Amino acid sequence: MVRRILTGTGRGVAVVLGVVTLTFLLLHLAPGDPVQRLIGPGAGAEELAAGRRALGLDRPLHEQYLAWLGQAVRGDFGPSIAQGRPASRILGEAWPATALLVVTSILLSWLAGIIVGVLQANTRRRGLDASVSAVTVALNAMPGYWLGLALVMGFTYWLGWLPAFGASGLDAEFLSGGAAVADRLRHLALPLATLTLIGFGANARFTRAAMLELRHAPFLVSARARGLEERRVVVRHQLRSALVPIVTLLGLSLPAIFSGAVFVEAIFAWPGVGQVLVQAVQARDYPVVMAAATISAVLVVAGNLVAEFLVSVVDPRVRDATA
Amino acid sequence: MRRLDRRGRIGLVLLVVVAAGALLAPVVAPVDPEAQRDVVATRFLPPLTSDGFGVFHALGTDRLGRDVWSRLVYGSRVSLAVGALAMVISLVIGIGVGAAAAAGPRALGTVLLGATDFALGLPRVVLLLLLAALWQPSAVLVVVVLGVTGWMPVARLVHAEVRAQLVRPYVEAATALGGSRIRVLARHALPNAMAPVVALATLGVGNAITLEAGLSFLGLGVQPPAASWGTMIASGRDTVVNAPWVGLAPGIALVLVVVGCTLVADAVQERGNGS
Repeated sequence: MVRRILTGTGRGVAVVLGVVTLTFLLLHLAPGDPVQRLIGPGAGAEELAAGRRALGLDRPLHEQYLAWLGQAVRGDFGPSIAQGRPASRILGEAWPATALLVVTSILLSWLAGIIVGVLQANTRRRGLDASVSAVTVALNAMPGYWLGLALVMGFTYWLGWLPAFGASGLDAEFLSGGAAVADRLRHLALPLATLTLIGFGANARFTRAAMLELRHAPFLVSARARGLEERRVVVRHQLRSALVPIVTLLGLSLPAIFSGAVFVEAIFAWPGVGQVLVQAVQARDYPVVMAAATISAVLVVAGNLVAEFLVSVVDPRVRDATA
Repeated sequence: MRRLDRRGRIGLVLLVVVAAGALLAPVVAPVDPEAQRDVVATRFLPPLTSDGFGVFHALGTDRLGRDVWSRLVYGSRVSLAVGALAMVISLVIGIGVGAAAAAGPRALGTVLLGATDFALGLPRVVLLLLLAALWQPSAVLVVVVLGVTGWMPVARLVHAEVRAQLVRPYVEAATALGGSRIRVLARHALPNAMAPVVALATLGVGNAITLEAGLSFLGLGVQPPAASWGTMIASGRDTVVNAPWVGLAPGIALVLVVVGCTLVADAVQERGNGS
């Protein structure tokens, strides 16, 4: 188990390093000069050279890379070009919002997806199964930015129930206790619903398929033959086995969930890493782009490690093989 | 060709209808998708109305008075072409890497699979955003970027399938008859491993279309005034109150195409399991 976690961590570090290196190389290979951008189109050759020297851009690429890496390891990503504040502080303010959104949505969408998938796989009413499948296929097909838009249309403009953007209202500072919590929850509702509904569609589909695959497994026949109650057979035996591929998929789908969050954050102006990343990319704010790419890679890798750990909890073969 | 089940046929019909619309765009949508006449008089016309020039707008007009139906139909060309071409790139890389890893020397396999796992761990959207933002956004760039970031699942699947085929008796027979390793791979093992790959590729096309629209939505993909579903949804975002049809129409089209891909993929997968 310990070895498993260690190799997982090693692989995670390699992925983060890869993302960082790739991002660094891409930034420096891409056309466009940040110094030119900073000083403006009227910059003379001497000014440009001085600017490059000030930012250390005249040094060889590998020296710049190592210098950046050395600072990044200590949590220093340099100052933001657009805002002047340290990039690490900008990201430090952003990541809890993303984590809140992503973690809550994963929990809700998997819980609902597994319950619905199990019920679908075991119902005798084929019409019901087919219509629920139609809904989950459609949800699975919906791009987050569009579903978000549709929800805003319904809940903000037609019904007037929920706010369309931000993490808190303009008057949030004047609210106290319960009112402040309610305000946060109301702002969380639509982005969370968007991300959760999309994940729910995929998870219900996958759970249903995984359950159906086991339908005729001999161990279920024998469990029934021993006279076990049907509910117990389904939950303790069928679902227990189906959980192995389900949890594996959870780990594999983490980058996609994070990607979905980037778009959802952009739609709802949710102040998270995705929002920061999109804005920094559009403003060519290199230090912030590097920091955001690093943080997102770390978040994805950490999630993958958790999923890998869960697989070993769920699957005794994996658990015992590495104990 | 064995037949697909009912869901698969529904999906196939959906895709064929959309593809035919894209091919026959000038016939299906006679109004120029970029035509702007009198912007003030023709903007935000609701669906099923005619403007003062006698032009009928089945899905209304957007904020510049452009025909939403025409933009939808011409936009489908961008979406389908980008999705399909990106998947072709992913297939070429994925099949190459997967087959080489399965049939090549052990060390090569280890290296290739390691690289695949590593690439799978990269956050795709972050890379897409970076590449699209750093170079000049264009349809070609989006195709290439989607293609080179989408091959990993194909490689994994091809590797697993080809490995399973290579131990079958017919491969042994083909080898005994004097077939070289490459010939056995290309003529026998790969074709027999293709059914699940086709299913995965169909899903991948839907995925690529969604991502393309997402990049265009953020302004990093196909550039205006060219019609693309992503840019249409983005412009619908600002007019969600007074002209909801501008954003709803391309979204529904997108969902239909992706649902079509999902249904076909499910049916192909199931057919493969049944045989």
